[in-house]
Amino acid sequence: MLVNAQNIKKKFDKLHVLEDISLEVNEGEVVSVIGPSGSGKSTLLRCLTQLERVDSGRIEIDGQVMVDTVDGKAVYADANTLHEIQLKVGLVFQNFNLFPHYSVLKNITDPQMIVLKRSKEEAVKIAMELLGKMNLADKCNSYPCELSGGQQQRIAIARALALNPKILFFDEPTSALDPELTGEILKVIRDLAKENMTMVIVTHEMAFAKEVSDRVIFMDKGVIIEQGTPSEIFDNSVNQRTKEFLSRLNSYIS
Amino acid sequence: MKIDNVPIDLLLKNMLAATGTVFRIFFLTILFSVPLGFLVALARRSRFKIISIPTRIYQLIFRGTPLMLQLFFFMYAPFYIFGNGFERFTACIIAFVINYAAYFGEIFRGGIAAIPKGQYEAAKILGYNRFQTFMRIILPQVVKNVIPATGNEFMTLVKDTALAQVISVKEIFDVASKAGSKYFSVVPIIVAALFYLIMNTVVEFVFKLIEKKFDYYRV
Repeated sequence: MLVNAQNIKKKFDKLHVLEDISLEVNEGEVVSVIGPSGSGKSTLLRCLTQLERVDSGRIEIDGQVMVDTVDGKAVYADANTLHEIQLKVGLVFQNFNLFPHYSVLKNITDPQMIVLKRSKEEAVKIAMELLGKMNLADKCNSYPCELSGGQQQRIAIARALALNPKILFFDEPTSALDPELTGEILKVIRDLAKENMTMVIVTHEMAFAKEVSDRVIFMDKGVIIEQGTPSEIFDNSVNQRTKEFLSRLNSYIS
Repeated sequence: MKIDNVPIDLLLKNMLAATGTVFRIFFLTILFSVPLGFLVALARRSRFKIISIPTRIYQLIFRGTPLMLQLFFFMYAPFYIFGNGFERFTACIIAFVINYAAYFGEIFRGGIAAIPKGQYEAAKILGYNRFQTFMRIILPQVVKNVIPATGNEFMTLVKDTALAQVISVKEIFDVASKAGSKYFSVVPIIVAALFYLIMNTVVEFVFKLIEKKFDYYRV
């Protein structure tokens, strides 16, 4: 099991954003997290990637304990362990967060050289392979500001992949894109799924979630309402809240 | 040669000597107040109130009172308090450095605060430590952010050197006003104006170049 999160709780001030969430992700699995905005999907991702700290619960990534609860309080592992765990996860942001002062190539090589201490030759070789895969090899000397949102997001994915994460998290990877550009990102994620990349995707693209996922999780108000195969959730759900959420989406689309 | 009874060659000779003093004030102030301002910005951002609040009070005092008064203070206060003070030029540099560090601190603080949170988050996810994040990701972008405001401050500094005359530092304005009253002419003041204008034209030109150098990316 790559991700094993048990009974995670997180609140901001007095607002409970995550109420007792448990989540397991196996190697090679693609899991989509759907739900209305404010349901805690992004916060869940941010807790699993160490951008936020949980108040209580237990998170294990690839067998290493990130945080556990002792006497009701979350206790995090030491800095070295947290760094090791950090390197096992990648995160693709909604708004890319490329480094604007670095060229496309340097965005992908710099973390490899600084964090993994790879040689420049090796880092460039890996970066160019990934850029080739993303159909962006010709953009290696451009700067992020010169590229479309879809191109920037593909570079962000390449940057994450260059560090060989065991699992890749996506936080609404297409939400900041023009509709005609979402396709190119979804194709990249689809290709990664074919290569058995373990992924957890927070998304509003229901058709895509249905197509690409092995498992779909529906969240609302900080709890997991139900989870199952795409057809269980999208076509045969008996849960009232899931059905309401999906029919509301459908009514917007049609 | 004389214009309006003013011996121009003598005036220019004195002014050029005074320009040396202006350069010394200018470069020494930059040399010390820019790094100090950087530390002030970091201190202001500190989560320890014992560091950030006194820094804020220091900035309030030195941004909130006239530089002229501060020059007087560093020139004469030590005599009253300790019976022994700084040399004229040293007192002048201390006042300028402490005053400008307060302003640079504010400029750099704004430059750091303008970096989106996502940059820190991306760096953290990729495994950069805090020092690497600051040096490689944040600082280069801060430099670009603060260039225009810093250029402004540099130009103001050129003009503010004229204040040093209140503690009798022989800079350009001091020479000009003395010559003006001696020969009863406005010519020395006009010549002084040209000196300041030429210096600031250079400053402006240099900052335009630097701005251009950082133009290779936008945010």
